[in-house]
Amino acid sequence: MGQIQLNQVTKSFGDVQVIPPLDLTIEDGEFTVFVGPSGCGKSTLLRLIAGLEDITSGHIAIDGADATNLPPAKRGLAMVFQSYALYPHMSVRKNIAFPMRMAKMPEDEQNRRIEAAAKALNLTDYLDRRPGQLSGGQRQRVAIGRAIVREPSAFLFDEPLSNLDAALRVGMRLEISEMHERLKATMIYVTHDQVEAMTMADKIVVLRAGFIEQVGSPLELYHKPRNTFVAGFIGSPKMNLIEGPEAQKHGVHTIGIRPEHVQVSKTEGTWKGTVGVAEHLGSDTYIHVHETGLGDLFTVRISGDIPVRHGDTIFLTPDMEQLHKFDENGLRLP
Amino acid sequence: MATQHSRSAARMMLAPAVVLLLGWMLVPLIMTLYFSFKKYLPLRGGDLGWAGFDNYVRFVTSSAFWPSVQATLIIVGGTLLITVVFGVLLGLLLNQPMWGQGVVRILVIAPFFVMPTVSALVWKNMFMDPVNGLFAHLWKFFGAEPVVWLSDASLFSIITIVSWQWLPFATLILLTAIQSLDGEQLEASEMDGAPVLKRFYYIVLPHLGRAITIVILIETIFLLSIFAEIFVTTGGAFGSRTLTYLIFQRVLESQNVGLGSAGGVYAIILANIVAIFLMRIVGKNLDA
Repeated sequence: MGQIQLNQVTKSFGDVQVIPPLDLTIEDGEFTVFVGPSGCGKSTLLRLIAGLEDITSGHIAIDGADATNLPPAKRGLAMVFQSYALYPHMSVRKNIAFPMRMAKMPEDEQNRRIEAAAKALNLTDYLDRRPGQLSGGQRQRVAIGRAIVREPSAFLFDEPLSNLDAALRVGMRLEISEMHERLKATMIYVTHDQVEAMTMADKIVVLRAGFIEQVGSPLELYHKPRNTFVAGFIGSPKMNLIEGPEAQKHGVHTIGIRPEHVQVSKTEGTWKGTVGVAEHLGSDTYIHVHETGLGDLFTVRISGDIPVRHGDTIFLTPDMEQLHKFDENGLRLP
Repeated sequence: MATQHSRSAARMMLAPAVVLLLGWMLVPLIMTLYFSFKKYLPLRGGDLGWAGFDNYVRFVTSSAFWPSVQATLIIVGGTLLITVVFGVLLGLLLNQPMWGQGVVRILVIAPFFVMPTVSALVWKNMFMDPVNGLFAHLWKFFGAEPVVWLSDASLFSIITIVSWQWLPFATLILLTAIQSLDGEQLEASEMDGAPVLKRFYYIVLPHLGRAITIVILIETIFLLSIFAEIFVTTGGAFGSRTLTYLIFQRVLESQNVGLGSAGGVYAIILANIVAIFLMRIVGKNLDA
């Protein structure tokens, strides 16, 4: 169980309203990711759900019951913090046991759950160590272990992977996704990394300045971004947004084309430009094209390798099927 | 680059400082040891030759010795208890955001800058005086008989004065320690279902362990040798004679340098015993 409903929730710090009235429903068992640039209010929103911040107005319901004024401990949620927030003077075992000790759970039940969690998270050999003696990834797993043993109705993750190196991050991403499949628990995950959002989420909530810009599945957001902000935020490299005469040819204010939906040729095409930096990733090549007459830097992504040099002339042809159109307010046109 | 050459140059340059410090420490120590084996009465014949262990035996067998050790330990222990407990509480209080925080923090630290003699005199005359003191007026206001603090509760009075002086030190160190506590740890424990008191006991207190250890160790060093507070208040009477004060009386009031020096050696031994116990009890907190 773990359905969370936000109803007209707002949050102000003094005179500054960081979350304008906001409605959101997170279904039971769903993996929801809050994503947005820094300062967009995603962490605040998570802390409101956790109860670590008091909401200014509105209601929060967990499993249908009003939880607006419940203290954090009574909401049945578990949180994994960015800094892990492990208790440095306690062993891993005691860290994991802490929430159960506070709930006065019988000793043997505690031990059973610790063993199970340690086994699932590969921590069995480290139970008697202190957090200071563990690597970043292990600490992260202890923090998750401490959350799991409570068997919460929902897990809250606050940028849990941002302190890990790139390789570990990919590994932990998989582990958390795996854990979600196994536990079928509701999870809310905050990140500024759209790759994490795309790979892990059932549902992505894109936030900007406290407003929800769009809610949807990763592919929905990719294929049908509701406005130019979502279009630019989701997908890597960023979508090319083109304004001006080229957009007016299509009768709209802005057109957008993703870098992977552009054909590249050395001899002919719709647009002409000069090759800037080419990033060779092996499987893909990102080419940054200048002087296209389309405004900003234009990025294209092609599979495999292509022999282009800095300064070469290049022709680009967009895939008309994949063209996104937006009006002057940045909203999507059909 | 630490070549052979630069290393020996470094030694040469350090040598004066090392020699000076060593001399500073060793000369008084050796002189104390030297005099403790002498019969030396400055006003009654001066140096009267070697005394063997007579001074040591006389000092310990004196009826004043054990009570003075006891008084020393009570004052040190009592002051430590008060400063640590109230230091933690005051630190927690001052860590709360409030209006005029900067001024309040400076005021709290102020007692530490008052000289011991002055603060003891202020306490003696303004607070604890049985006729004109504030406490006397307070007692009378409630219709009670004023307490003659310095004679009826001499140890307690001295502990109060010394604690007042050292509380700012403890508060300052513990406040900085509290400020360094990771807020997410507290939030995590809050989510884990720990109420305020348990958060304090399981999270804040262990975090303060190292700072408390440092407060205890540093204060002990200074408290074992408090003198001015006793000198200007009770003058060592009413059971408030500490080991330090006893040595002072033996040397200056009885004019017996040899006996006092032997007492000084006992004071070194006592300080070391206390240090060993303290390191056993709290020293493990200092390991990372």
